[in-house]
Amino acid sequence: MYNYLEYGSSDAPRNHEDPEQYDRFMARIEAGEKIEADDWMPDDYRQGLIKLISMHGISEIMGALPEKEWVPKAPTLKRKLGIMAKVQDEMGHGQLLLRVAEDLMKPYGKTRKDLIENLLSGDLKFHNVFHMPTKTWADAGMVGWLVDGAAIISQTNMLDASYGPYQRALQRICQEEVFHAQHGEAIIMALAEGSDHQREILQESLNRWWPSLLMFFGPASADTTGSSKQDIMIKYKIRKSNNEELRQAFLDKYLPRVFSLGLTVPDETVHYDEEQGQWVYQQPDWDEFKQIIKNKGPRSKERLRLRQIAYENNSWVRQALSKEVVGS
Amino acid sequence: MERGEEKVITSAEQAKQDPTYLQALKELLYQLADDDFLVSFRGSEWLGLAPHIEEDVAFSSITQNTMGHALLFYQLLEELGEGKVDVLAHDRKPSERKNAIYLEKKNGEGHYTEEPYYDWALTVVRNYFYETFKKIKLEAITKSSYQPLANVAGKVLMEQPYHLAHWKLWFEQLYNSTDDARARLQTRIAEAWEEFGDVLELGPYATEMAHFELMISEVELRDRWLEEIELMLGTLPSRTLGKKYGSGREGEHTSDLDQAIEIFQDVYVSDEGAVW
Ligand SMILES: [Fe+2]
Ligand SMILES: [Fe+2]
Repeated sequence: MYNYLEYGSSDAPRNHEDPEQYDRFMARIEAGEKIEADDWMPDDYRQGLIKLISMHGISEIMGALPEKEWVPKAPTLKRKLGIMAKVQDEMGHGQLLLRVAEDLMKPYGKTRKDLIENLLSGDLKFHNVFHMPTKTWADAGMVGWLVDGAAIISQTNMLDASYGPYQRALQRICQEEVFHAQHGEAIIMALAEGSDHQREILQESLNRWWPSLLMFFGPASADTTGSSKQDIMIKYKIRKSNNEELRQAFLDKYLPRVFSLGLTVPDETVHYDEEQGQWVYQQPDWDEFKQIIKNKGPRSKERLRLRQIAYENNSWVRQALSKEVVGS
Repeated sequence: MERGEEKVITSAEQAKQDPTYLQALKELLYQLADDDFLVSFRGSEWLGLAPHIEEDVAFSSITQNTMGHALLFYQLLEELGEGKVDVLAHDRKPSERKNAIYLEKKNGEGHYTEEPYYDWALTVVRNYFYETFKKIKLEAITKSSYQPLANVAGKVLMEQPYHLAHWKLWFEQLYNSTDDARARLQTRIAEAWEEFGDVLELGPYATEMAHFELMISEVELRDRWLEEIELMLGTLPSRTLGKKYGSGREGEHTSDLDQAIEIFQDVYVSDEGAVW
């Protein structure tokens, strides 16, 4: 999903790199060639990818948690099956992406264990939307429809990424995301056409998610939060558009749908400005955003706690698997 | 084709002709549906909490299949006029539910969204024992006199052996690894031995089920299961298999079922009659 959000220490300098090698590398990606795991790559490219892909992967895993709250509670057998399949896909995306990140981390002697431990220690961030609480079944629909909708926009933006293993993982992920959006939309449609109570929880859910959805794509520029790594990702042809362009694409696609369902967003100023050719909207609270991605969001601690319990409580299983002797 | 003194029954309409046959058939279907529904419910609580990500994905896929099986059995009940599948799954009183008590048992301490100290050893033992049983029951049912059920059993058996293989592998791996892992399994096996009894029961219509050739006898079901488990364990626990909390087949249940119902009907009851 999930856009690149700055975290961790600054990049290592590239001073010891051979300029010729670097030029050849740049020529390859300029020509649209894909870089593979064993190819030479500049350090800041590798490090940028590790951050991007491990954050993307871990966000898929953490993203399963808010939706998972509704899996056992889903109102019908069909919905129970649908949401379970969807959450399973997200875990699968996480698995796929963490493997890509693991390959990139090999030269540094790091493994999956480090990723999980970095998550638990707070060094590895996960996406802002997954720090938020869920309150009603409408949230299950909202996540599938608009959070996945936002994810589709940011992920398709990287479908041509210069790093081959990531690019191929994204191809598969985006195919599945289409089903997620349909799944979310089906839940939303049922609520929109349903009882007063159902319409109420739907509107309430959208009101609550709106600021998080705007934050999803990150700040428009580095000035807002102090740092932004959008540019290097564009230079290395990982992504094409910047944060604001992605947010505009999201508003373009979804606001008309929101309005046609008779729903509103909690921003009276929101409108399409013909002259500027873009949506004008009230900025979300970017200071709050900074707090959220520092694991100071409303449900950050609780979600991390779930991961931690799962990790520690099952450590005997992983230990047993590593010591497993061939059965008699 | 003649089967004993009974004919093969090919439709719901035909099954309704004989009230005793119908009663025995419905009883069997409720057991099958409710067992799978509870097992898949407990599985769904694990989502996101499995020992590793790969297992989360695999376990979830099994859980979905199992819930799909429950749906197939509830559909057969719906055809017999018992009500809509979602009402059957979400809106029946505990005393009307026929799942075995051991299958409703909580996954461990805590709640799935808060402090879930779930026990993987319980999950491995329970699922291995259950899937072993389910395969035997389904294989018997492929020869059932009720054709629509025999067909469903055949369909379910296209997936179910993979589930059994999955849990069997977990069981073997953990049983043959660290002392700690083996001890944890053994504790859960000893516990299961006190509680698994009603899983193997067919309830108040067991005799009719055998008589109408809906299903093999309880004794045969139990013997085949014990045989399979003995192959795995080498020797069976010396005590006889118990049913510490009673028999779910008779509608007896524990507060663990109440806890499950409260969760799985949470949204359903929030606006009854709504279309979701
Ligand atoms: Fe995803
Ligand atoms: Fe998704």
